[in-house]
Amino acid sequence: MTTLTTSKSTKSNGFYKRLQSLIKRQAKPYVHPYLGGILLGIVLFSAFFFTGNGLGASGGINRLIVLIEDAIYPAHIDRTAYLATMAGGDRNPLDSWVVFVTVGLMIGGFTSGLLNGRLNVTTNRGPQMPKKLRWVYAFIGGAAMGYGARLARGCTSGQALSGGAVLSVGSWAFMFAVFGGAYALAYFVRKFWN
Amino acid sequence: MTPFPLALQDLLGHWNAYIVYLLIGFAFGYVLEISGFADSRVLAAQFYFKDLTVLKVMFGAIITAMVLLFLSSGLGLLDYNLVWVNPTYLWPGIVGGLLMGVGFIVGGFCPGTSLVSAAVFKIDGIFFALGVFFGVFLFGESVGFFEGFWHSSYMGRFTLMEWLNLPTGVIVLLIVLMALFMFWGGEKLEAIFGGRNLANEPRWRYGAAGVLVLAAVAVIVIGQPSTADRWEMIENVEAARLQNREVQIHPAELLVISRDPSLNVIMLDIRSEADYNLFHILEAQHIPTLEKLSDMIPALLEEPANTVYVVMSNDETLATEAWKILRAESVPTSYLLEGGVNNWIDTFADETFKETQFKSISGTDQLAYNFSAALGSRYEFSQPDPARFDIVFTPKVELEIKRGPSGGGCG
Repeated sequence: MTTLTTSKSTKSNGFYKRLQSLIKRQAKPYVHPYLGGILLGIVLFSAFFFTGNGLGASGGINRLIVLIEDAIYPAHIDRTAYLATMAGGDRNPLDSWVVFVTVGLMIGGFTSGLLNGRLNVTTNRGPQMPKKLRWVYAFIGGAAMGYGARLARGCTSGQALSGGAVLSVGSWAFMFAVFGGAYALAYFVRKFWN
Repeated sequence: MTPFPLALQDLLGHWNAYIVYLLIGFAFGYVLEISGFADSRVLAAQFYFKDLTVLKVMFGAIITAMVLLFLSSGLGLLDYNLVWVNPTYLWPGIVGGLLMGVGFIVGGFCPGTSLVSAAVFKIDGIFFALGVFFGVFLFGESVGFFEGFWHSSYMGRFTLMEWLNLPTGVIVLLIVLMALFMFWGGEKLEAIFGGRNLANEPRWRYGAAGVLVLAAVAVIVIGQPSTADRWEMIENVEAARLQNREVQIHPAELLVISRDPSLNVIMLDIRSEADYNLFHILEAQHIPTLEKLSDMIPALLEEPANTVYVVMSNDETLATEAWKILRAESVPTSYLLEGGVNNWIDTFADETFKETQFKSISGTDQLAYNFSAALGSRYEFSQPDPARFDIVFTPKVELEIKRGPSGGGCG
């Protein structure tokens, strides 16, 4: 794999080259899944241990949406019970821990991509899947995920992972439903991925 | 008192406390990325048994976190009562979960992983994340049409221990064993469908599995702290407050706070059903025994931060025991009624009633008045008019800032 040593010899443009080599470095392989699991477990435990809260992602997205809606049409927010709990009156929808976890999540993902040479503009898709169709399906799948996550009061991180670790009955039922839904449909969309 | 979770807002201030969450989020995103969760193909392969990275990372994380959590709770470091346990809304959770499963296989991500994917410039991740935004927006606009279903099958803080009626450690061990079995089966499936050569898999995974099983056994051996253990941990501070009468509130103060619209006052009446039927304060809930009170703790812990809990018995005897249970189980802002229900009647009932109905009692926690009919809270002094009384009392109620969770990752 390429390292930073090549840019050390150049005197001029050192910083630029170093940056370039950082971005263009060869992608490192992913860590072993079990190691990833253990590390993720330690992060999850730390979250509960220090704060009492688990992890989350969809809640942060939710509050960002509400922020935008509140800027455009505040009266609508105040009239809708579900939305008003987050941004009714002078409530700030960003005043919630999950927003900061979500922002940190993106910075952390980006940093890892940068350090491990995995920052590249590309579309990951199955071998038979045209690129633009992949985008359409990604959007549709995302919409189903977003809707389902709010209905279930949490996504894979906030419900399955966090609730699973603290042994909530609802979270375990939810987790099996997610895997059940995906496995049930997997055969019919096999051309998407294979 | 258990040192963890920390009272972050107290320690760091309102907005500074969020830095901790930013750091946690950073580590979360970093670990998802190095595990390959920014690549939709890795995630989708789970559902064709080719590469079970999703299963391994997810269940690996769940059992690691679970074992650490219940070990630290067993050792008295972490207060499980102050840890956020997602409340169970069974059917909305299952229907939402099925819909998410569909989204998962069609779109190739879940919300968190799509954000990580977008952060490393994957275009499909960006489209998925936009889709999530759209779905979340749609939900906010449409939940009004099925609010009833969305709030249905609510079971509160409901854990596997309560459902299966097994000790925490046993559940922890069973889940670790279930996960290890799934890993074993998953590897076999990967060998068949994904052509993975299991001989190349690292040997350390056996060691890690062994450590997890041993740790789960340790959770069984150590056990979880009982209410009595938990009281011992806080006895120094709390017994002094009891002794100095800092937690016994005057009937007039209870009356004032119960009419305060900014407070959510929960009155818990720990007396016999007969006494409760004869007379009780308006809106006081009947709790027949201390065991029933213990069963109610999870529900009490879910009340909002402006809640004041007031326990009462005929005098203070049983109420004091009840108060100790509340404190031991980390129920914040709890008090007991000074002099009990007898003192309430003495304070608010009219003179004729007091003169004619007073009876001499022997022993503790007896009702000191005769009631000719079981009218419950339909007496005038069940709901006295505060304007009619001019009583001087020392206010004692102070809202405690809630430690720990402020809502799930879903709020």
